[in-house]
Amino acid sequence: MHIDWLAFTPGPSLLGGILLGIATSAYVLLHGRILGVSGIVGGLLRPVKQAWIWRIVLLLGILTSPLWSIFLFDMYPVQIIEANWPMVIVAGLLVGFGAQYASGCTSGHGICGLSRLSPRSLVAIISFMISGFVVAYVLRHLL
Amino acid sequence: MRMSCVTSCENVMKKQFSLLSQYLIGVLFGFGLMISGMSNPQKILNFLDITGPWDPSLLFVMLGAVVVGLCGFYVVSKRSQSFFGGTLHLPAKKEITRPLVIGSLIFGAGWGLAGFCPGPAIVALGVGHLKALIFVLAMLAGMEICERFFTSIPKAD
Repeated sequence: MHIDWLAFTPGPSLLGGILLGIATSAYVLLHGRILGVSGIVGGLLRPVKQAWIWRIVLLLGILTSPLWSIFLFDMYPVQIIEANWPMVIVAGLLVGFGAQYASGCTSGHGICGLSRLSPRSLVAIISFMISGFVVAYVLRHLL
Repeated sequence: MRMSCVTSCENVMKKQFSLLSQYLIGVLFGFGLMISGMSNPQKILNFLDITGPWDPSLLFVMLGAVVVGLCGFYVVSKRSQSFFGGTLHLPAKKEITRPLVIGSLIFGAGWGLAGFCPGPAIVALGVGHLKALIFVLAMLAGMEICERFFTSIPKAD
């Protein structure tokens, strides 16, 4: 293992992380809910009366955030998608199924779960890190 | 009569403010993902591939998010209601279950395959990446498959 110092961005990543922490804290303080993106998306599949509006509004916020970034601050987010089309489809299926089955993803278990010191979320994080490491290694070094 | 009008106007205002704050929190969350670099699938893969030239930035994202989050969730643990007056909807489950572990392993495999998790995929959809649209549609399909064939317990709202 060696660190790629040119790609490493400790400052912006720490700052971005703080913003994520403020967003999840504000969400639970103001609205009493866990800001878990997969949970909020998944809840739209079987919408309970009156409970779909806030889900849509929050997701619209995330969806339109790059537009604010581009038009307000002239910052265009860099997004390089290495995966090909079949990989994107399989990845989407696995991420959707897995997050729903495990009741959470990188935001719900990752950020909120650790912030709540939840043992369940710690197990979830260790599990998805392990399979993530393995799949990334296989893809980049064995195939 | 007048009193009831005032309270109902207040309730409507409260509801609008509540929705506005939901939107702004979503925007803030999106900015957090973009500034931290986590909305870039390549950067995620450069973290997950620990044997290649390694980019440990994700650890700093978690550090920033969790230090702030610990404070936020500590304050919440002292309260019985949210600031907008609703009840707290916090996860009650404590047991480490098979679905938790197996689901997370499957989730991680998908994460390592494309470098996308749900939040960043929605940001990429907003930027207009066609692959993000396909990813999100496949993700919804995956959720639906799980909901239809693998979950028996109804989810809370």
